[in-house]
Amino acid sequence: MASLNQLKELTRVRLYGFWREPEAMFWVFLFPLVLAGVLGFAFRSGGVVPTTIGVVNGPQAAAMSEVLALDEHLEEERFETREEAYIKLRRGAVDALFESIDPPEISMDPTRPDSEMARMRVLRALALSAGAEDAPLEIDEVTEKGSRYVDFLFPGLLGMNLMGTGMWGVGFAIADIRRRKFLKRMLVTPMSRGYFFMSFILSRLVFLLFELLILTSFGAWVLGVPFRGDILSYLIVSFTGAILFAGMGLLVASRAKTIEGVSGIMNFVMMPMWLASGVFFSYERFPEFLHPAIKALPLTSLNDALRAVMIDGETVFQQGLEMGIMAAWTVVCFVIALKIFRWG
Amino acid sequence: MPGFRGWGQGDAMSTTMTDFEPGAGALGDPPADAAVSARGLVKRYGDLTAVDGIDFDVRRGTCLGVLGPNGAGKTTTIEMLEGIKRADDGEIVVLGMRWGKDDRAIQERIGVQLQETEFQDKLSVHETLRLFASFFENSAPLDEIIEIIGLEEKRTAFVKTLSGGQKQRLSIGCALLNNPDVLFLDEPTTGLDPQARRRVWDVVETFKAGGGSVLLTTHYMEEAERLADDLIIVDHGKVIARGSPASIIASLGAESVVQFSMVDAAVDAIEEAHLLALEGVNAVRVEGSSMVLSVTGTQGVISGLFALVDERGLDLEDLRTHRPTLEDVFVALTGKHLRDG
Repeated sequence: MASLNQLKELTRVRLYGFWREPEAMFWVFLFPLVLAGVLGFAFRSGGVVPTTIGVVNGPQAAAMSEVLALDEHLEEERFETREEAYIKLRRGAVDALFESIDPPEISMDPTRPDSEMARMRVLRALALSAGAEDAPLEIDEVTEKGSRYVDFLFPGLLGMNLMGTGMWGVGFAIADIRRRKFLKRMLVTPMSRGYFFMSFILSRLVFLLFELLILTSFGAWVLGVPFRGDILSYLIVSFTGAILFAGMGLLVASRAKTIEGVSGIMNFVMMPMWLASGVFFSYERFPEFLHPAIKALPLTSLNDALRAVMIDGETVFQQGLEMGIMAAWTVVCFVIALKIFRWG
Repeated sequence: MPGFRGWGQGDAMSTTMTDFEPGAGALGDPPADAAVSARGLVKRYGDLTAVDGIDFDVRRGTCLGVLGPNGAGKTTTIEMLEGIKRADDGEIVVLGMRWGKDDRAIQERIGVQLQETEFQDKLSVHETLRLFASFFENSAPLDEIIEIIGLEEKRTAFVKTLSGGQKQRLSIGCALLNNPDVLFLDEPTTGLDPQARRRVWDVVETFKAGGGSVLLTTHYMEEAERLADDLIIVDHGKVIARGSPASIIASLGAESVVQFSMVDAAVDAIEEAHLLALEGVNAVRVEGSSMVLSVTGTQGVISGLFALVDERGLDLEDLRTHRPTLEDVFVALTGKHLRDG
């Protein structure tokens, strides 16, 4: 009967292996904070982006200036020649060129959203100058907590971090001890292989608590991301994600003999999820027919469940589909990994 | 491969081999006092037969050395005994038990040092030992082990700060944690300087003095001569000689080895036939720019050699004699050196 002391020692060694590597600590704890900080501040509600309209000096220039002044979000840039103005338009330094006021005419690139915005604003300015009261459409500015970009981003970064630390933490560690023949050395002792694998899960869970504590505090206090769901749901979703990606890390490293080999597979597996699973932008932007495939990715489920719990205040019981997908991935990864695991 | 006559090359092989081959063939049933025994071990990797029918016994309380060049099949052999690799054919008995049936029980009672195990850099000596100790039902007090391997001052030092010799002793310490009955050592001193090597040998001798049995692979003849009670010399996966180190050396039938070269003259300036004709010369071989003679009656041979050299107006250079070693036996049997690989 293998003693529990074994599990304790194995887990302790795993934790030391992590704790004592400054690089690992940076990638787990500091990097996501830096990323969340930079992206969060970059996309903080920075007011309305103004539109720049080019005007070429000429007989109508003064009249055009007057019209443009009617909309506070329109900025005018004067040019001496039309050629000069065109170069700026092509480079995107001005969003449209106000060609003439009678008949009203502008030049713009219809494929650029900023130009489309310029067209609307110029139309509105023309309507105002013609005596209209104001645009008929009422606009509510949405900058409340929970619907800003950083609120969308934060749960995604958390999910991405759970994926990264789970896969690297387990996959890299296993490839490393295999390369060192340390794994082989343990194999010739009566070590319990079950405890060996459990030590990876346990050490992951210990680290997860620190990750959650640090990242969540930063999100809540520095970025002001709301936490509307209950703590228990939040913990259950995070734990499930952490174990899932620990299993995936185990699978990726189950046969690899070198660190390089593991890194390659790891990036190959994680890259599609970084892009598609709604970390930085919603996967709704991908074509409709891809959505089922994207939703089947483990990180998509984790991100969706984290967002639902954190931002929308739902409970874990409302995340049946997501939790189911994650559970399925977890089982598949562990079963295959344990079956094909290479000790020597 | 250096030219070699009289010690059995080509046609002469079959007759001369039996002259001093100290019983390299198959063994009968394992003796009652065998701690470990192997019969007819075979391991193939595709077309390559790495281990080709090896037999041996490790008698309780003794050390069996497996001496051979790199690639001879030593590591494959010891790893089959350790239960890491499965033999394609043959039989292994360890402490009366068999792999595949009593794995846990065997593992509780053997100690293993593998070639090239790298321990985790940022674990201390004590932490590493504590981890391995946790795998066994019964283990020796860690401080006792640390004392045996002489790492008292490195107790809390990280593994990465240890020298090569200290790492190797830590590795052996991990193998001693469970007070094993048998210790498996796979090239324990490869790459170590002479002083570090002797410290490793001391640890092994302490273990043996306590009644332990050892299976040791090495390509250092000094190590085999110092540690092994019995020896098998292996090459190309086969046992080519077996016996005690002394009896294997004695089987060479030479009292001494005489080696010389000549100033400004080709190595064959004195014909081999003339050297062989000297009284007391048993065999002659060319090694680089030197001639190597296997002789009985050193003084007579050297007088004869001086006469031959004077006759031809040559100058001797770098004349040396030494007692025959396992290296000489190995060269005699295979025509190559242990270190050649």
